[in-house]
Amino acid sequence: MNTRGLRSQLKDSVPVTGMGQQVGAYGVQDTLRSGFSSVKNELLPSHALELSEKNFQLNQDKMNFSNLRNIQGLHAPLKLQMEYRAARQIQRLPFLQSSHLALDTLKGNDESISFEDILNDPSQSEMVGEPHIMMEYKLGLM
Amino acid sequence: MALSNVVETPASGFNFENVSRNVALEGLLEGGHTKAPKPMKTGTTIAGVVCKDGVVLGADTRATSGEVVADKMCAKIHYISPNMYCCGAGTAADTEKTTDLLSSNLTIFSMNSGRNPRVVMAVNILQDMLFRYRGQIGASLILGGVDCTGNHLYTVGPYGSIDNVPYLAMGSGDLAALGILEDRFKPNMELEEAKQLVRDAIHSGIMSDLGSGNNIDICVITKQGVDYIRPYQESEYKDKRQRRYKYRPGTTSILTEKIVPLELEVVQETVQRMDTA
Repeated sequence: MNTRGLRSQLKDSVPVTGMGQQVGAYGVQDTLRSGFSSVKNELLPSHALELSEKNFQLNQDKMNFSNLRNIQGLHAPLKLQMEYRAARQIQRLPFLQSSHLALDTLKGNDESISFEDILNDPSQSEMVGEPHIMMEYKLGLM
Repeated sequence: MALSNVVETPASGFNFENVSRNVALEGLLEGGHTKAPKPMKTGTTIAGVVCKDGVVLGADTRATSGEVVADKMCAKIHYISPNMYCCGAGTAADTEKTTDLLSSNLTIFSMNSGRNPRVVMAVNILQDMLFRYRGQIGASLILGGVDCTGNHLYTVGPYGSIDNVPYLAMGSGDLAALGILEDRFKPNMELEEAKQLVRDAIHSGIMSDLGSGNNIDICVITKQGVDYIRPYQESEYKDKRQRRYKYRPGTTSILTEKIVPLELEVVQETVQRMDTA
């Protein structure tokens, strides 16, 4: 659930990650894999909600942790983040379906249904990635 | 087939990949003459009234798609929980999905905690969800229910605004319905009087607004239970089919017929004993 009433905690601009293109070797756009790009498409979001949805979970977590820090002290968000990191590591290889059961239970996602559970189910995605390339991307070799 | 440009599993939830394509297509289709189909709106009159014993909700049953009536018997009063119902105006799919999500969340909650959900909880969930999507979900809802704290009636706007009042009307016919409600509403009305008032309010919405019409549905929620009367009143302008339009069996003549019997043989038989202790 959202926590509200934290205007004093929010800085003037919460840093949001941009659209992010596929960066290949030498930090240049990878034309072979993702085709030609135009600067306008990469810089500006095409839909009003695109950026907001991309960073929604991150911003929520930031707000909740900052709230927790103010109420209970520094140890509370530290302990929680340690548990999140441990739970996030329990997963299969990137091209297989991982259930994220521990992570979902920690975050409370097992007790609510939202559009993330209904739309674009990753287990029914029409596009399958090549296993070797996905492993290389995950290990940072690409 | 495995694609080599997919490096991560796609995230679940809304996908904005086609937005720029759609915007480019808007103007391109046949030089701007053809447009994308409009989503089905409910262009509605919905109303709700708090009375002495509970809450009375009412709605018309017309759903429009542009200038055409898409559905003459649309159900606009959605089930949320045994003690709460919600009327929805706006884009039909949005109200349908939003109330479904709300109902599922409340069911999970009541299973987890063993309690009946309160109306304020439903309203807060709706408000969070609609504000998160900044009004792109076009759903204006009237939520009414009876819980341990009393009888409640709330309205939630598409941008996430809420209002808690004893009588409400929303939709394209809300001004007409509100006129009737403002004139004859009294606090602590009897049930029959409240039903008549809601019926009159929806009726005036149907008469004065193009987007509302056909029948009137009423839903009465009390501590004892829910009475969902659909339709409460049928429109006097219902049309009757002149003839039967279905084809009789034998209209198409059968030229040849070939029957192939499917022969199955038992390959393996296993018996599993059920433990009924």
